[in-house]
Amino acid sequence: MLEYGWDAGVAISRFLDGLKAGKILGVRCNVCGRTVTPPRAFCELDFKPIDAWVELPDTGTINTYSICYITWDMKPLRKPQIPAVIEIDGTTPRAGFLHLIGGVKGSSVESIRKQLRVGMPVRAVWRKPDQREGAITDILHFEPVRGRRR
Amino acid sequence: MSERVAIVGVGAVVPRPQSRDASHREMIFDAATRAYADAEITHHEIDSFISVAEDIHEGTSITDEYVPDQLGAVLKPVQTIAGDGMQGVAVAFALIRSGIADLVVVEAHCKPSNILRHGDVLEMALDPVYERPLRVHPHYIAGLEMRRYLHDTGTTEDAVASVVNKNRRQALANPAAPYGGNVSTSDVLASPPVCEPLRSLEVSSYADGAVVLALASEERARRCPKPVWIRGIGWASDSPWLARREWSDAVYASLASGMAYQMAGIATPTEEIGFAEIDDTYAYKELQHLEAAGLAPRGRAGALTVAGETRREGRLPVNSSGGSLGMGYCFDASALYRIAEVTRQMRGEAGRAQIANPGSGLVISWRGVPTQTGGALVLGSH
Ligand SMILES: [Zn+2]
Repeated sequence: MLEYGWDAGVAISRFLDGLKAGKILGVRCNVCGRTVTPPRAFCELDFKPIDAWVELPDTGTINTYSICYITWDMKPLRKPQIPAVIEIDGTTPRAGFLHLIGGVKGSSVESIRKQLRVGMPVRAVWRKPDQREGAITDILHFEPVRGRRR
Repeated sequence: MSERVAIVGVGAVVPRPQSRDASHREMIFDAATRAYADAEITHHEIDSFISVAEDIHEGTSITDEYVPDQLGAVLKPVQTIAGDGMQGVAVAFALIRSGIADLVVVEAHCKPSNILRHGDVLEMALDPVYERPLRVHPHYIAGLEMRRYLHDTGTTEDAVASVVNKNRRQALANPAAPYGGNVSTSDVLASPPVCEPLRSLEVSSYADGAVVLALASEERARRCPKPVWIRGIGWASDSPWLARREWSDAVYASLASGMAYQMAGIATPTEEIGFAEIDDTYAYKELQHLEAAGLAPRGRAGALTVAGETRREGRLPVNSSGGSLGMGYCFDASALYRIAEVTRQMRGEAGRAQIANPGSGLVISWRGVPTQTGGALVLGSH
């Protein structure tokens, strides 16, 4: 059976260490001025090493989302998964972060649509510190921040 | 349209058995940064990009989608060649000759250290119905080929072992060769059989690496500091079936080198090729490939090697860099490492591995077991 053990590299390793410590880290390029997360070692537009690491808040806004009633291997789901692109506060618009939305009541399209919208503020819900392993799943999901407007 | 094409930039990371500190994308970024600096170009100026990669080596399907960022190729023409590195260079050459692009980048990389069992990858390359159920490590294909090559040509096992001695010793002069060492022919012959007659020290060790080459049309190349000209290029594939192979001859290498020689106008390769970087994934392959490329009469490459004629100081230096035996085997990126080493030799940048008056250089590449695919490239300084 084919098996791999990928080297995460400089940028993603530091990012994963940050998640274990309950922090979302990003990087900044001084040429285009963008701040992005997840971080990379170089700016793909300016083709140069990134200039600075920044600690970001664990809040953001929903760029786009989908309500999925199938698992990754096509099993039907009663309670849907909601993958979303989240623009973390402090990053450049459209430099998004892929994760899941949770903390939403009900399972029908109608009830979920009432609770979520593009542009809605969200906040990370973390695993307990002793359960984190330096993986993207150290954040369980993002949930809507109620009563906050942007 | 441009008649002539040059290699104008070379960038490579030093191959090494492990590379835990860097992702493959970070390694490619490093190699590309070096290549663009070498050619005195920026990523904005490059017209088209080619990545040589194989999904099953990456552990990611549709791996071509991951190419642009680390080459500075975002929003540019990009394509992936799942083949030998030479086939990627051939596509770049064609893009330039056809007038589609003036400046093209070819990238190849490998991270064997991230593949837990490479034998499983090789096995996936065998016919699933007929060949795979035998459950033998695919090195056996090299064992079968080596025996028939020795049998038909009278090449001795000592001669094969002397290839290992030569290349690993030559690697000692190359700071980019992690497997340099003093390994005597008797050490090689005393090393355990893998798939007899193939012995463990006759198999190149894996290395992680990344190479980026920049190619340019004649007009564009004139603005780069150190162009080395492509005189001829060729590539060929034989029928894949194991049971029906030629076994003793590397027919693909004869055809590929013939194609390259014809393009270069070379009638007598022994007189016009000054030195070579030749695939030596398995030590006997260097001898078989030398004969296929017409650089030694059939059955004579072994004796030439034992006589020292293929050493750095010899009449026809072969793998002055150390080859794959000395630098490590880098899957389909091996071809680009060989090309990078020939380019450095022709520019006089090979340091202690430098050949005096190198002349035109030849590269022979091979895609490894179980394939019968390989390429050839002739480079000249004008
Ligand atoms: Zn930038």
